Amino acid sequence: MPSNKSVSDAPITQFVNCRILREHKLQREDLWVREGKILDPEKLFFDEKGSADQRVDCEGLIIAPGFIDVQINGGYGIDFSQATDDVRGGIALVAKKILEHGVTSFLPTLVTSPPDIYHKVLPEVKVHSGGMEGAGVLGFHLEGPFISLEKKGAHPEQHLRSFLSDGMSDLIETYGTLDNVAMVTLAPELPNSQSVVRELTQRGITVSLGHSVANLSQAEDAVRYGASFITHLFNAMLPFHHRDPGIVGLLTSDQVPQGRTVFYGMIADGIHTNPAALRIAHRAHPTGLVLVTDAIAAMGLPPGRHTLGQQVIEIQGLHAYVAGTKTLCGSIATMDMCVRHFKQASGCRVEEALEAASLHPAQLLGISHAKGILDYGGDAGETQNIQ
Amino acid sequence: MKLIILNDYDQVGEWAAKYIRNKILRFNPGPARFFILGLPTGGTPLGCYKKLIEFYRNGEISFKYVKTFNMDEYVGIPRNHPESYHSFMWNNFFKHIDIQSENTHILDGNAANLIEECDSFEQKIKAAGGIDLFVGGIGPDGHIAFNEPGSSLMSRTRVKTLAQDTILANARFFDGDMSKVPTMALTVGVATVMDAREVMILITGAHKAFALYKAIEDGVNHMWTVSAFQQHPQTVFVCDEDATLELRVKTVKYFKGMMHVHNKLVEPLPPK
Repeated sequence: MPSNKSVSDAPITQFVNCRILREHKLQREDLWVREGKILDPEKLFFDEKGSADQRVDCEGLIIAPGFIDVQINGGYGIDFSQATDDVRGGIALVAKKILEHGVTSFLPTLVTSPPDIYHKVLPEVKVHSGGMEGAGVLGFHLEGPFISLEKKGAHPEQHLRSFLSDGMSDLIETYGTLDNVAMVTLAPELPNSQSVVRELTQRGITVSLGHSVANLSQAEDAVRYGASFITHLFNAMLPFHHRDPGIVGLLTSDQVPQGRTVFYGMIADGIHTNPAALRIAHRAHPTGLVLVTDAIAAMGLPPGRHTLGQQVIEIQGLHAYVAGTKTLCGSIATMDMCVRHFKQASGCRVEEALEAASLHPAQLLGISHAKGILDYGGDAGETQNIQ
Repeated sequence: MKLIILNDYDQVGEWAAKYIRNKILRFNPGPARFFILGLPTGGTPLGCYKKLIEFYRNGEISFKYVKTFNMDEYVGIPRNHPESYHSFMWNNFFKHIDIQSENTHILDGNAANLIEECDSFEQKIKAAGGIDLFVGGIGPDGHIAFNEPGSSLMSRTRVKTLAQDTILANARFFDGDMSKVPTMALTVGVATVMDAREVMILITGAHKAFALYKAIEDGVNHMWTVSAFQQHPQTVFVCDEDATLELRVKTVKYFKGMMHVHNKLVEPLPPK
């Protein structure tokens, strides 16, 4: 059928025989795409008198919005926290590889590092859209160094810092620049953190609480100042206690300002969190759950020893430990594995599992009008066919 | 008239769809010779549309050389409002078949000049060569399209204010809130439909029974505008048992007795 569209001559593709995730449900609807945007077919029909140039039969597969990974430290031998000669090439390699897992946007994450690492790495990469050549970079996630000594996890102790007099100047001195930074993880109990949380939030940078011994009250204060995320819930924070739930208590806190949601990252690799704990968090606050991989350089590589940040790690099966210890230092699970494991462990619907990796991170980053959804006008580069 | 009495809503939809299918196939439309179909909206024809879509999917029929003219559209609601008749036709029919957009015609309730829009619609019907088969429904108040009680039986496409009964009947599509229902609509006139070469009216449900009685057993009356079709040479009324509740037993028996003849009209056509 000839197309005689009035708005654009670009070819229109119609995906048929598929189920699309829209408005929190899998619907039997066709998906129409033109030039990287999702079309409203009714508008196309009545306004433009247009029709599809090409039909793709999806044979019953699900079309889901591309996954967004907000915590990924590297993969395939690439460690984002290393200032190599080819930072851009390393990020591009990982970006291309994670497309296979359904991830179409990500935040390359840097663990606690000395200032010169940040100064070398950060300027190398700009926020950019994804495409066939790789997932898009939405900005860096800087996990540390302003975190708690007691909850450093796999982060190198000698590079931890605290806020001296004026928090922001310490921060900028450490990182060098905040351009192209999308998220910062910090411990809110550190003195002088309030002004930092407020300032970062004002600059549009997501503030995440993690690697911290904050109590619930300190965490709630940080949320009031703008913090909106929790870095890998349960890990590297005080355990839930019934008289002081700590950061975990944010999931059901009544002190979260109206209209705001506290999101929380979960590594659903079957190792970092016991399925029962995953279920408790999910049931307490299902709309805030964001699946993250926290994948390290070794993800995608064979078992053995590899470098992460300033430390050496060891892979044993699906586990990655700080070499010589039993401290977990990140996962090697892929995002699609996490989505499947989350669905299986929580018993949630397919739609919820998909949204935890797409819609929720998009909402967290404030980009859910264009990404993480399959609504008309949204970015269509970010779709994938899955079973 | 032919009065086709079937058991239930589903049978009505199926019979009507088969009738339309056979009409189109017998007409054998092509690039120089389109079949012109007049179409309704609402709950009554939904079953018929579903069946037509099924026939399209089975390969029994194509709408490539069919032009459609819808009966009506609300004034003042956005074209993509979920309750607009544009949305209805797109979601329930057009998006599932192979009809081309330029061959569909629905009145534009947001046109800058509503009168010009109505006149232009009449011109388009004329330019297409007139309507081969106009399918319609009936309101509880006996109206055809939005030709409310009191509409002239000689009326053409125009703006109408909706009657209370109609607003009440349509409220269920607007969250049950009568204040949300549009109060005006553009509609084909009674005479516009009368101009069609053939007319098929679908009527289902007990709540339409009195209107059907008024339409076919009482006189031609502008208070029950469907009654105008008593003066059309080729009308088919397709209804279910419930819709016959107000008819005389004699009428029902007469037409039921003819079902074996009328059913021949919907038998699958022999392959060419």
